[in-house]
Amino acid sequence: MSELETASKTSSESAGFNPRRSVGRLLTVVVGMFAFGFALVPLYDVICDVTGLNGKTGDQYTEAISQSADPDRVVTIQFLTNNNADMPWEFRPEVRSIKVHPGELNQTTFYVQNPANRTIMAQAVPSVTPFIAAGYLHKTECFCFEQQELAASESMDMPLRFIIDSEIPEDIETLTLSYTLFDITDRTSGQLAVVDN
Amino acid sequence: MSSVIEDHHHDDHHHGPAKGIMRWVFTTNHKDIGTLYLWFSFMMFLLGGTFALVIRAELFQPGLQIVEPEFFNQMTTMHGLIMVFGAVMPAFVGLANWLVPMMIGAPDMALPRMNNYSFWILPFAFTMLASTLLMEGGGPNFGWTFYAPLSTTYAPPSVTFFIFAVHLMGISSIMGSINVIVTILNLRAPGMTLMQMPLFVWTWLITAYLLIAVMPVLAGVVTMMLMDIHFGTAFFSAAGGGDPVLFQHVFWFFGHPEVYIMILPAFGVVSAIIPTFTRKKLFGYASMVYATASIAFLSFIVWAHHMFTVGMPLAGELYFMYATMLIAVPTGVKVFNWVATMWQGAMTFETPMLFAIAFVILFTIGGLSGLMLAIAPADFQYHDTYFVVAHFHYVLVPGSIFSIMAAVYYWLPKWTGNMYDETLGKTHFWLSFVGVNVTFFPQHFIGLAGMPRRIPDYALQFADFNMVSSMGAFLFGFSQLFFMFIVIKCIRGGKPATAQVWEGAHGLEWTVPSPAPYHTFTTPDGIDLKEAHG
Repeated sequence: MSELETASKTSSESAGFNPRRSVGRLLTVVVGMFAFGFALVPLYDVICDVTGLNGKTGDQYTEAISQSADPDRVVTIQFLTNNNADMPWEFRPEVRSIKVHPGELNQTTFYVQNPANRTIMAQAVPSVTPFIAAGYLHKTECFCFEQQELAASESMDMPLRFIIDSEIPEDIETLTLSYTLFDITDRTSGQLAVVDN
Repeated sequence: MSSVIEDHHHDDHHHGPAKGIMRWVFTTNHKDIGTLYLWFSFMMFLLGGTFALVIRAELFQPGLQIVEPEFFNQMTTMHGLIMVFGAVMPAFVGLANWLVPMMIGAPDMALPRMNNYSFWILPFAFTMLASTLLMEGGGPNFGWTFYAPLSTTYAPPSVTFFIFAVHLMGISSIMGSINVIVTILNLRAPGMTLMQMPLFVWTWLITAYLLIAVMPVLAGVVTMMLMDIHFGTAFFSAAGGGDPVLFQHVFWFFGHPEVYIMILPAFGVVSAIIPTFTRKKLFGYASMVYATASIAFLSFIVWAHHMFTVGMPLAGELYFMYATMLIAVPTGVKVFNWVATMWQGAMTFETPMLFAIAFVILFTIGGLSGLMLAIAPADFQYHDTYFVVAHFHYVLVPGSIFSIMAAVYYWLPKWTGNMYDETLGKTHFWLSFVGVNVTFFPQHFIGLAGMPRRIPDYALQFADFNMVSSMGAFLFGFSQLFFMFIVIKCIRGGKPATAQVWEGAHGLEWTVPSPAPYHTFTTPDGIDLKEAHG
């Protein structure tokens, strides 16, 4: 108590010592920076979209297909499939790689089969290397836009339709599109219960 | 001394400390709280050091001898967390509590009650953190950087306690920093301008701003972890649309300024000690202030140099590489100024000075290995090897920790009124100096040869250097018990110290008697600003 009194009876009283105001300002900074931490999440997504950081591909490409195929250029696109952690599905591309002309619409499929004796929900997460190519890969239809569900021992072919932008830089001759398949059954168990009913 | 006399008339307002344990629980006195912080930090230093010795004992020979790999991982994690948040940071807050008010001629910290809270949060936070080791599934085992998904999807159940402990440490640091800023901006002796403040005060002012800017981001990132673990969000889970790499960006946005939080006050300490024992004014005071501010600013825009191998566009790698290297410029200014201060000075080599000179040399080695790591293409070789371990231990142990020890020896006579035993002090210095170098210098070589960090076992070709490193670690570790002995001996008695203590010491703290009375500068009258900084 006495310390508090001493502290407030200082020299600086005349200079307008007002801890309340200083503390208020500093607390604003603290709250602001806490919010900034969370703001980094959408900010990060925007930066990834703009720069293709992490090889994130965009959402469904809905613009009219106005590009004409460029018959003089050939770009090789390779498909990779991975299973995350405990994901038991068999997951492979129909073809390992195809040669395409920028600007033309292409289609391929990916095969999945559920060897487990339970229904599993899956989410595929795409990534493109080199990162810079991510912005030039437009997907008009992709199984990664939605969650996929397979009952025990079911299988299916999942479609992918895409266009390589004809603006893609000259030095990119090969790009790799990789999908990682995640088991999200636990995450979506609430929705599954509804489906079962 | 005067506190004893004043104790006789404590009827309505007492000026001396209260009696018994409650003195420490309820104290709002900046000197008491500074003492509490320093002892707490020393206990954490011994605890974190014990964990380090478990690590070094296991690594003494290849193969698994002493602990299981799971427990080894908990040791590396807890060692890092305890040393960063429990030892180094509270030690500097303790020094700030003791010294900032005395250096600026203030009667106390501006917010004494909050000061008490910010200290007493810490024992709870660290008890909670340490108790995770006894819980089912063990304590945190994901490294002090707690990268997701190791710390979310694959974390032991005790991770929730870790998260709340980090929240508490953050709250404590933020309250402490607010207190430091408000004190420095409002309670300086009349007429003392910012550019008349001692450098320790300046470096702490800047550190405190760094703390209030980044500790909330740390709180944010652990909150996101908490939500991912318990509330089904997917900030860092790719399966749910999140991104684990985001964790690293947010973490290092906190983490890089954090490493400067642990070194800027050390710069302030060394800038106080070197002029005293060279009997000269500090060379380039203003450039020191600007260099500190520049380092603080740059620390916000270089974080991704910790993530070169994670995946980044080439432009990003180049930007973070060059921006990081830019930090060498203000740091070089500082090292130059310290050396220039010593140039043609009348130097003597008491224990604080020995620690300060060792700081300048060994911190520079740590800084140079940091520059090597900043080179993005080379970093692919160094990343996650013992070279990184050697680098950050060189800046933290003979950097931050040596500066804390230098500060303790330098101001101990002021705090206790007794001189410490110089022979013992110098012995402690040489044991620590040899110990630190024997421990960490070989780690450069095993790192360059490719030994990864955070592993309990290693290939045979690293055996000799690891054995040397472990022997150094035990030497350094046990030397610190000797340090405790020296400090306790000094508290219990010794040659009485004069007010100025050191022949070349300048600053307001040296104008009050030794030991410093319980209350100093209760009125602003008669403060000689010419003494404010050396």
